[in-house]
Amino acid sequence: MASVTGGLLAKARKAIRENARPIRRDKVIGPSRLPVLLLFLPPALLLFTVFVMLPMGEAAWYSLYNWSGYGRPTEFVGLRNFEVLFQNRAFHQALTNTGLIMVVSIVIQVPLALWLAMLLAERFPGVVAFRLIFFLPYVLADVAAGLIWRFVYDGDYGLFAAIFGFFGMSAPYVLADRDLAIYAVLAVVVWKYFGFHMMLFIAGLQAIDRNLLEAADIDGASRWQRFRYVTLPLLAPTLRLSIFFAVIGSIQLFDVVMPLTGGGPLNSTETLVTFLYSYGVMRMQIGFGSAAGVVLFLICVVLAFTYKRALMRND
Amino acid sequence: MTDVTSTIRPAVGQASRKPGVTFVRLLYVYAVLFIVASIVLIPLVTTALGGFKTLGDLRTNPFGLPDMWQWQNYGDILFSERYWRMLWNSLFISVFTVVLTLAVAGMAAFTLAHIRFFGSGYLLNYFLLGLMFPVATAILPLFIRIRDLGLLDNPWGVILPQVAFGLGMSILLMRNFFRNVPQELFDAAFVDGCSYIRFFWSVTLPLSRPIIATVGIVAFVQSWNNYIIPLILLTSESNYPWPLGIMSYRGEYGTDWQLILAFITLTILPTIIVFFAAQKHIIAGLTAGAVKG
Repeated sequence: MASVTGGLLAKARKAIRENARPIRRDKVIGPSRLPVLLLFLPPALLLFTVFVMLPMGEAAWYSLYNWSGYGRPTEFVGLRNFEVLFQNRAFHQALTNTGLIMVVSIVIQVPLALWLAMLLAERFPGVVAFRLIFFLPYVLADVAAGLIWRFVYDGDYGLFAAIFGFFGMSAPYVLADRDLAIYAVLAVVVWKYFGFHMMLFIAGLQAIDRNLLEAADIDGASRWQRFRYVTLPLLAPTLRLSIFFAVIGSIQLFDVVMPLTGGGPLNSTETLVTFLYSYGVMRMQIGFGSAAGVVLFLICVVLAFTYKRALMRND
Repeated sequence: MTDVTSTIRPAVGQASRKPGVTFVRLLYVYAVLFIVASIVLIPLVTTALGGFKTLGDLRTNPFGLPDMWQWQNYGDILFSERYWRMLWNSLFISVFTVVLTLAVAGMAAFTLAHIRFFGSGYLLNYFLLGLMFPVATAILPLFIRIRDLGLLDNPWGVILPQVAFGLGMSILLMRNFFRNVPQELFDAAFVDGCSYIRFFWSVTLPLSRPIIATVGIVAFVQSWNNYIIPLILLTSESNYPWPLGIMSYRGEYGTDWQLILAFITLTILPTIIVFFAAQKHIIAGLTAGAVKG
């Protein structure tokens, strides 16, 4: 009944449209566009330009000056800030760590998330609860997660202390150890973000046509073969998306690191953004910090183009 | 992609027909899931329980239930002005970030979706540039700008940049949704002499509740958890939103872990409650926001 009236309505609408068309062609089509353009666009344009685009341009400008932020920048130093930046040990460490975080996110976190998504895309009691639990760390603020893990890693009070104490050993101060600290940070990153990637994969898996998998099953494909030759190719767009978010997240990792180590000990857990914060913001070296910002910007540009090219080639 | 939690279709991994194999497989699945779930939950549960302990108790027994339940740890925080002011600051910043994001992005998205004008394609790409770069690239010039505008240490100095940096994604999501408003509605409305602005208000917006919810949730969660923008733009503690608040609390109380743990628990409590109350919408919003982008 409803569909019949719906069909009639659609027909009537079509008729109205066809009737209306010649009339509208005579006049200027539709209502005036000017008020909308003048009223609806400027707020977004203004906000975006003033707080996003201009600061990015200014970063490039400031990076050529030695400037403490007071008055106007006058002491032009050319590319010296970049020279100093690339000779800075802590900056090298930050670049290496950011690369490491990216690799771990892609090589460990994404497959882990995919594996769990495969398990949780099936139907069995408790599946929804597990999905929620795994997603929970993602909704917590990075700062809170970092602080919680700082307690977990604490050599005196934390869970690590208890676990090692159980075996009669004294716990290592993981976050105070130059060699271990970065791995401790990486573990927290995986803990915090795998649930997000898992949810992406579950959504992707649910969109896959069941008949394809059934057909493969009937043809005698093993579980692994079905995954490798049916699921994985169909999941490629989700996989690319997940890797994209892993990369973006790695580049701007900051919030988790601050409560855990603040980039220490001895800069061993510095990321690009913690470096920018402690050398640019804390010391009010606007020029030097902006230079670090420009490098970050260029890395994003290079990654975006690489990514786009890889994507185009695959499609 | 609309409903991650309730539509459970066994899309993948059809159980083998042999019952024995199914049982072993189920055992394996549950074992894996329970291990991962405990890795996720143990730090959180220990944090909440830790808030009820004394420092000595925490040292000898971080896992188990408290010897003596120290309600005072939580009570002191709950009755402190500091805790509520922090949450209020966060709420204020987040609510206005959401309202402004929806208004500004909605209007721009409507224009970009429905009105053809010179350079509209370029304009969209201009906004999309914002998707590519993290806030950190421009944080120092942003600080200078906010300072020159006299908005340093002012909640609005945090709200405006947050809205600006969220515009790219919000405009993209809303524009894609608005474009699907049926052409017939337009024709009917415009034949009746409806203006674009009126159409936006009385047709597009009421039809767009799902995308408004999505964009709103994403903006709210991002603002609620944001750390770097307020860290750089707010200076006095009375203006701190909660992520800054717990950091300064931790700085003050150093190794009094029982107090810090109680404080962390109370600050993440609103997030956890809201998450479980509205999980379907939040998960759909956060992942759909990502997927459709």
